[in-house]
Amino acid sequence: MGEENKVTLYGMWASPFVRRVEITLKIKGIPYEYVEEDLRNKSQLLLQYNPVHKKVPVLVHNGKPIAESLVILEYIEETWKNGPKILPEDPYERAKVRFWASFIQQQLFDSLVSAAKSSGEAHEKAMKEVFEKLTVFEEGMKDFFPSGTPHFEDENIGFLDIVLCSLFGHHKAQEEALGLKIIDPERHPLVYSWVTALNEVPAVKESLPPHDKMVALIQFLRRNAPHRSSEA
Amino acid sequence: MAEVKLKGTWPSPFSYRVIWALKLKDIPYEYIEEDLSNKSPMLLQYNPVHKMIPVLVHGGKPIFESAVILQYIEEVWPQNPLLPNDPYERAVARVDPHFSRTSPLDRWRLFRTTAGEEQEKAKKESLEMLRALEEHGLGDKKFFGGDKIGIADIAFGGVAHWLEVIEDLVGVKLIEAHIFPRLHAWTKNFKRVPIIKENLPDYSEMLLYLKREGITF
Repeated sequence: MGEENKVTLYGMWASPFVRRVEITLKIKGIPYEYVEEDLRNKSQLLLQYNPVHKKVPVLVHNGKPIAESLVILEYIEETWKNGPKILPEDPYERAKVRFWASFIQQQLFDSLVSAAKSSGEAHEKAMKEVFEKLTVFEEGMKDFFPSGTPHFEDENIGFLDIVLCSLFGHHKAQEEALGLKIIDPERHPLVYSWVTALNEVPAVKESLPPHDKMVALIQFLRRNAPHRSSEA
Repeated sequence: MAEVKLKGTWPSPFSYRVIWALKLKDIPYEYIEEDLSNKSPMLLQYNPVHKMIPVLVHGGKPIFESAVILQYIEEVWPQNPLLPNDPYERAVARVDPHFSRTSPLDRWRLFRTTAGEEQEKAKKESLEMLRALEEHGLGDKKFFGGDKIGIADIAFGGVAHWLEVIEDLVGVKLIEAHIFPRLHAWTKNFKRVPIIKENLPDYSEMLLYLKREGITF
């Protein structure tokens, strides 16, 4: 690959934020080089490319770095105009997609992370929030899938699909690590069938982190996070 | 043109972000002040998910989350653009709206956490990010958007004016002129832009409000 149009993705195998960029690049058929970062020992290049946050993912295109996974997704959409689109054309539909993507990320996932890092009463409370938010999400999504079960032929997945499966595609690993059900087909049938359908899409399937490795990592993080067992 | 309504609450910086964008683009709108302690049925109907403001209602269709609203406004009303044309420049500009909402610089949580060690840690993280913004975000530019204000200035502008009041209230100064000269100059320049100047909540009123209510946004 020549230097022109060279795309490099700095990432980490377990990061959902990195995964969503990978899935997007694959869906759009964009060739890229992947560089695995050791987050405990970040490379000079990463620190140079992302001085503000010092985080992965960073996408480097023609030598110019872009940080923040959702910003990267929008950048990819705007730059590679041939190939499938991940955002709708209509601004109002786009706003809905962006809102729900932000909800999954900021509300749902953050609550789950809080639950993973806590125990006792705080953990109970956080999990309760997760389930409440999943229900809100389930209700909100009936708008997107009026006919019920989602199907994805020809990898026609979009922004919201990508955000969802990057955070919850590996829910079985999350569930095994935490010892409880998160996305229950009885409680949240639409979300469950949606995530399951997404995990069959080749680009998503290829990017799914290895199950056992993920379980081990979540358990490790859980043991080593500063724990809160009661309401501070 | 379909009717535009903005449901906001004084003195939330998230409401002001949207006001600035609408005024900069000269978009007529009706402002509805929402009393947060007494949520109206209209608000609950439009925003059952967050029960928060601001909400932009365009032709009867609601849009939530100030960052999402800003992008929507930019896409529907392209005049006086808040984002550059070039995709890379746009990516750089877009980082900041996310930044000021989700980062440790999220000043509301900073000062809401208990004092002592947690506050010290939050302060340290905030200072690091301010340093990065000073050197990489602003660089030699007058505004994040260049010569004119753009989406990043609007997103960060909420921090600037409100941060001063909070610094006053809590007695912790973050943006000191001798430590962050560019950012400090930026806060002055930003507030001098006529549309911004005319649309800022009164400083002393805000101070009184925050003393009474705590930091509610």
